[in-house]
Amino acid sequence: MIPAPFSYVRADSVDHVLSLLVEHGDEAKVLAGGQSLLPILKMRLARPEVVVDISRLSELAYVRVEGDEVAIGAATRHREVVDSADLQRDVPLLPYVASLVGDRQVRHRGTFGGSLVHGDPAADLPAAVLALGATFVIQGPAGRREVPAPEFFQDYFQTAVGEDELLLEIRVPRVPGVGWAYEKFTRRANDWAIVAVAAVDNRVALANMSMTPMRAVAVEAALAGGASAAQAAQAAAEGTSPVTDMHADEEYRGHLARVLTERALVTAAGR
Amino acid sequence: MSIMGTRVVRVEDPRLLTTGAVYTEDLRDPRLTGALHLTFVRAPMAHARILSIQTADALAFPGVVAVLTAADLGMEPMPPAMPMFTQTMTTSLLATDTVRFVGDAVAVVVTETAYQGQDAADHVHVEYDHLPALIDLREAASDAVLLYPQAGTNTVFAMGPAELDPELFAGCEVVVTQEIVNQRVAAAPLEGRAAAATIEDGRLIMWVSTQAAQDAKGAICRWLGIEPETLRVITPDVGGGFGAKIGADPDHAVVGAVARHLGRPVRWTETRSENMVAMTHGRGQLNTVTIGGKRDGTVLAYRLEILQDAGAQPRIGAVLPALTTLMAPAVYAFPKVEVKARSVVTTTTPTAAYRGAGRPEATHAIERGLDLFAAEIGMDPGEVRRTNLLPAFTEPHTTATGAVYDTGDYAVALDKALAASDYPALRAEQERRRAAGEEKLLGIGLSVYVEITGQAPASEIADVELRPDGSARVLTGTSPHGQGHATAWAMLVSEETGVPMDRITVEHGDTDLIPVGGGTFGSRSLQQGGAAVRQATRELVELARQRAADLLEANPDDIVVDTARAGVHVAGSPDAGVSFAELAAKEPLQVHTTFTSPGPTFPFGAHVAVVEVDVRTGKARLERLIAVDDAGTILNPLLAEGQRHGGYAQGVAQALIEEVRYDPEGNPETSTLATYPFLGITDVPSFEPVDMATPTPYNTLGAKGVGEAGTIGATPAVHNAVIDAVAHLGVRHIDMPTTPMRVWSALRAAEAAS
Repeated sequence: MIPAPFSYVRADSVDHVLSLLVEHGDEAKVLAGGQSLLPILKMRLARPEVVVDISRLSELAYVRVEGDEVAIGAATRHREVVDSADLQRDVPLLPYVASLVGDRQVRHRGTFGGSLVHGDPAADLPAAVLALGATFVIQGPAGRREVPAPEFFQDYFQTAVGEDELLLEIRVPRVPGVGWAYEKFTRRANDWAIVAVAAVDNRVALANMSMTPMRAVAVEAALAGGASAAQAAQAAAEGTSPVTDMHADEEYRGHLARVLTERALVTAAGR
Repeated sequence: MSIMGTRVVRVEDPRLLTTGAVYTEDLRDPRLTGALHLTFVRAPMAHARILSIQTADALAFPGVVAVLTAADLGMEPMPPAMPMFTQTMTTSLLATDTVRFVGDAVAVVVTETAYQGQDAADHVHVEYDHLPALIDLREAASDAVLLYPQAGTNTVFAMGPAELDPELFAGCEVVVTQEIVNQRVAAAPLEGRAAAATIEDGRLIMWVSTQAAQDAKGAICRWLGIEPETLRVITPDVGGGFGAKIGADPDHAVVGAVARHLGRPVRWTETRSENMVAMTHGRGQLNTVTIGGKRDGTVLAYRLEILQDAGAQPRIGAVLPALTTLMAPAVYAFPKVEVKARSVVTTTTPTAAYRGAGRPEATHAIERGLDLFAAEIGMDPGEVRRTNLLPAFTEPHTTATGAVYDTGDYAVALDKALAASDYPALRAEQERRRAAGEEKLLGIGLSVYVEITGQAPASEIADVELRPDGSARVLTGTSPHGQGHATAWAMLVSEETGVPMDRITVEHGDTDLIPVGGGTFGSRSLQQGGAAVRQATRELVELARQRAADLLEANPDDIVVDTARAGVHVAGSPDAGVSFAELAAKEPLQVHTTFTSPGPTFPFGAHVAVVEVDVRTGKARLERLIAVDDAGTILNPLLAEGQRHGGYAQGVAQALIEEVRYDPEGNPETSTLATYPFLGITDVPSFEPVDMATPTPYNTLGAKGVGEAGTIGATPAVHNAVIDAVAHLGVRHIDMPTTPMRVWSALRAAEAAS
């Protein structure tokens, strides 16, 4: 539980971060809230030469309504997402899901963008932004680009953010009055999800049912075809490839996906 | 006004909540100036022969002072300390030729700073020749793979009859049998293990995070082969132990060995990952329960066959089946009880005491077994228990396994628990949900228990001094690590003398200051350590009366205690008095005494657990825990309830969620707190303790032990409740922990069978 040696640089601007990332390539790691990175360093699962600390870049911490979207700075703490009146009004799924991330201490340190860019398929926020249809704003040496959520989560702990790039902002559509739900199945309140289901209107996303968070396209198709929540939910495990671990095997995860999807759809329809 | 039995707030807390505790790692003692830091090199595999250890690369790392192996430190294999263990199962402090569990200590790296250690340790190259892992207890018992070939067996310890009685269940109308797992769990105290060592005037001085400094001293002396007068053990603040910090571990002795070898101060604080694999684990029994009786609910015979997982080394865990055996008859008047026990070694972390240590296993086996018997004959679990309970007794009762219970009234405990939970209403609500086809089913589980506390040692010392400045100082052989002894012992002195609580200090855990002491474990402290403090205080008051009689020229019989002035006066003449401080100013006023209990005490109680099980996902959630715990007379309800609440949480967690797991190759799967689950405050309801107090005659306080009641009563109640919730669907048994997937799988299997 002691990290391997590394150099530490506190970045003073986004440009500074980018220049460090260009300089060090895959030998650099960006530190924001540290809630995922520090355990990884301590367990020596990663041994970067340089840790670039962006946690004091206030320019990356904000929640702003911009037209039909809400823009969230990548270094916004979970707690700020939970407490945002704009989000509570326009995108109520996000404050609710953010309130389930880790425990109170984690939510005060961990960042919205950090959780997403970590790409953990068992995390809560990736499934939520997938169901919302979020857009990711990424800055690199060649400039700024926007990536839609389905293309952002590329593989197990791997996202579209390149090693010389930085996630700047996440844009989510404003959906006031639209039904939503998040069903998270855990053994304990503060755990990662064994399986979780996010529903926004008729869009459904699954956490921990594959190497990445994924849309339950078969469920969405069934709903579009007029199926009831219970009927559509039967398709929730289609196309998934969940892991088997000590909490759940593949079959049980598939079963949970069906049960939780039905519950999420029923709740969303009632909101 | 007496403060006995009142909720005196903890005198420890202002310091703990402001400047904080001083744990072993926090020590800034000048004798540890410039201390080196020790990092263990631990085996990454379950079972292997060590072919070579290359230390050259590690030595080249910055800050490395030494890399030491068993050979460098002259460590030789030694037989186990307990004479009843297989003596040919020899182990050394650092492995000499074989590693037997992931985490087994192979070498140590000694560095100038703590962070330098892990880098160098990663470069100690140990060449291993793999040997087969041994995880399954039955396979271990078969001796097909031997962990200690020279022993010719994997059995460390066995007790009970050579042959089972073929007639035990003769005449029974119904016989049920079930294999029941009491899974391995981790103690995982907030403060892990730690030690610091230095040499002072040729003596080894060690600070150890322990529950018993005197035991730690004895163990370290034995391991290092040094004389008692050459070692002093000091206990700083200790952040929890739960039985896993009784005495010392071999790792602590290694710290002392390195300090002696290098002649320099050395410190070691384990990391959490290290703690999870290298601190002893608890429980780990595979129990086969057989109950026979009549259809009217009368049990005629009970058999318990215990297979205990000792882990890789013969430590305390291997002897715990003796306590399970002793407590097997539990609260019941079964005519025949037969227990056969065996402890085997496996390629896993060694086991030792864990909150309850052998007694929760006994309670769990019979309480789960009785529910199976009740289900078989179609009788209410409460009614089956009532049918078989021992009647109330005030004279000692000797059980089939030789336990001598002091006092008990089990039927009243059960009645109180059932009444406080409104048991009939719970059953009605359960039935309503079942009939309505609701997804959230209700489960109700019972346990009635008796346990043994203060078993060993039977004696404890206390040293009380009243000082000229009006203060009092207490030395105790017990060893608080969260329980609140400083508060409780001060209450006892203040009550007898009138010395204010905030003028009383309690000291413990320094073997030079307190050479003899039993430490704190087995729920012994108040009934022995507290009783000793009261005895010492009363002897001291008697001494003061004698001296005051001389001073006041009165008959000693006429001298009465005057707590208002913290002194004494002549009966009927309050003005003719003298304070203890004034007496102490003339001549030291101090008493050292030893209290010996006539025997262990047997607290008891009854728990009712109410769980909600989601029939679609299998997830069980505890809704209520109503708990009657009778630990005799309560000195301070605040402290006693604290012990009960903490115990409940741990007991509930074993039933629902906690489990140390290994894969088939013996690799730990739960070596971080991300993978090893506790229940937190958000996962349990507000507990509902119900009071009952049947004093013991064995000490003047009437006190029995309460520290382990929670884990003994709660685990089987919650376990039974989860199964009760789904029993109507054809589920007979689910092993602990009753995880969602296990419950779901049991439901599916029952559905397929019907």
